[in-house]
This record gives sequence, structure tokens and C-alpha cells, in this order.
Amino acid sequence: MASRSVDMTAQPQGVEIASGGSVEDFVALMKPRVMSLVVFTALVGLVAAPGSMHPVMAATALLCIAVGAGASGALNMWFDADIDARMARTAARPIPRGRIAPDDALAFGVVLAFFSVLTLGLLVNWVAGALLGLTIAFYIFVYTMWLKRRTPQNIVIGGAAGAFPPMVGWASATGAVSLESAILFLIIFMWTPPHFWALALYRCRDYERVGVPMLPVVAGPDETRRQILIYALLLAPIAVLPVFVGLGGWLYGVASVTLGGAFVALSWQVYRTREGRAGDAAAKRLFSFSILYLFAIFAALLLEKLVGIDGTVVGRMLA
Amino acid sequence: MSEKESEKRRRMRSIAIAWALVGLAALFFVVTLVRLGANVGNRAL
Repeated sequence: MASRSVDMTAQPQGVEIASGGSVEDFVALMKPRVMSLVVFTALVGLVAAPGSMHPVMAATALLCIAVGAGASGALNMWFDADIDARMARTAARPIPRGRIAPDDALAFGVVLAFFSVLTLGLLVNWVAGALLGLTIAFYIFVYTMWLKRRTPQNIVIGGAAGAFPPMVGWASATGAVSLESAILFLIIFMWTPPHFWALALYRCRDYERVGVPMLPVVAGPDETRRQILIYALLLAPIAVLPVFVGLGGWLYGVASVTLGGAFVALSWQVYRTREGRAGDAAAKRLFSFSILYLFAIFAALLLEKLVGIDGTVVGRMLA
Repeated sequence: MSEKESEKRRRMRSIAIAWALVGLAALFFVVTLVRLGANVGNRAL
């Protein structure tokens, strides 16, 4: 599989220089939709962890994780302003639209990152604080600055950044990293490639135009469809793992098996339907479903913990 | 962007920063109380 690099020294194109954005612009800079999924998965990690946590401490941890996610979004938009301006999906972001000056976005992101990590470390615990700092650093330095414009494996490795939040939530509650939280990490890690490659399949021209070597651009749509199917086949059984370690109960088991089956079925449709609008429609269906999938299996885990379904019962039966 | 609009945005940003700082101070205060908990009442005088 070939990879290619992009000239990082090129001047940003199409980026207007702004004098100062509104509060709403700065909120948009934090990628609130991405933030909501980050907070939700972190909440599940926090609730699923053993032991109890004072509600104020739990809320503090989630606030810090949300702000840390916002900082990552702002720094990502700062660095990617040049390519965002030339992609249909991202052209309306605050920096390309000239609503916020790049330097303001950089300062905003750095300040938020600093305070989110410091506050989580000081008020909750330093394992969680360090993990949040690692998550932000990984997303910015490893994914955004290093991998994104250099290799089609960008979102495979970079996906780790999006997979850390449940671990941060778990560490907030327990002060440690465990096998269970590593499994939650692994589920999101394996979910990320098929999720983004489904998007890249029907946004391929956008990525090609700006020189981001997403898999469909470099290896072609057919290879991308094959990879999506492989990851879906790996994801489905991995998502059932929480049942075997006592983290998930029967509700989670049923949800992960049925939704995993649907994920594989939709990936199979993407693999088989390769031409024209039908091909794009299959990719769009998988992309939309993948968001629902992640939300639903984590919601099942959350629901079990909130209503007190004991995962260890199924775990013992299967052991 | 007009001068008036620019001034309005700056004012709103200043207010947002002020609220964020007040919120941060309040957060540290509340978490300190939670962490100290009943120990505040049990301390040796």
C-alpha cells in the first residue's frame, strides 16, 4: 500500500484572517458533536468502573474530559485550516469562514488543553489527568500533525485518540487502567476505521483535492471496501468481549451481538455495491449506522449499570 | 465587520471568559468541600 506526503510548508489557501469571533464561533471550534460522543463514552467508562464516585467528582471529571475534547477540536481546526477551507464538509468551520483568526484558535486550544488536564489531575486524580493529556497530545501531534497528511493508516493509528475517553472515565473513577477499560478502548479503536472509511468512500474527491491520503484516495475504493469488511468482522466479536470479563450483562450481550451482526451486514452491502449512487448510498448508510452502533452498545452498558443488571452472572455462566 | 459588531463580540467574549473563571473558582471550592467532607466538622480545634 503506497503512502504519500503532503507539503507541510505550503501557505494556507482560502483562509481569511479574522479579527475576532463570537462566543458561538468558539463553541463551534470545539466540535460540539464530536465532544458529545466523547463525553458519552467517557461517562460509560466512569459508570461501568467498579466502586462509587461522588456525583460532584464525576461531573468534574466529565467537564474536564469535555473541555479536553474541545481543546483537541480547536487545535485540530487551527492546524487543518488550509485543507478545511477546500473541503465541502469543513469549509463552513470558523477559521476558513474568517470568523476566528488562526492565532486565536491556537491560543484558545492551548489554554483549554492546559486547564482541562491540570484541573482533572488536581481535582480527580493524576492517572486520569495524564491519560487526558496523552489523548490530546496523541490527537494533535500524532494524528493531526504527523499521520493525517502522510499515510492512509492515519485514522487506524490516530483512532486511538478517540478510543481513550472511556479509559479516562474509568481512570477518573478508579485511579487506574484495567483490562475492562482496555476492552472499551479496543472497541472504539476497531470501530474507527470502518466509520471513517465509509465517510471517505463518498467524500473521496474532497480528500483527493486537498491531498489527504485517505485509503480510497491511495488504495482505491475496492480495497477500502475490503478493509471495511475486515474491520467489521473483527469489531463484531471484540464488541462482545465485555460479556466475558463481567463488564457487560445479558442486555449488553444481546445488543452487541445483534448490532454487530447489522454492522457486518451493512459492511457486506458496501463491499458488494460498488457502482454509482447505490455505492455511495451503501457507504452513507454504514456511516450513519456506525454512529448509532457505538452509541447503542455503550448505552446498553450504561443502562445495565444504572438499573443494576449484574454482568458477572453471564460472565460466570460462560466461563 | 462593523466597529459596533466587533465591539459587541469582544464584550461577549470578555463576559464568557469572566464566567469561565468564576466557574473554575467555584468548581475548585465545591470539590474542596466534597473532598474534605465530614472531616471539616471533625477537625481538632
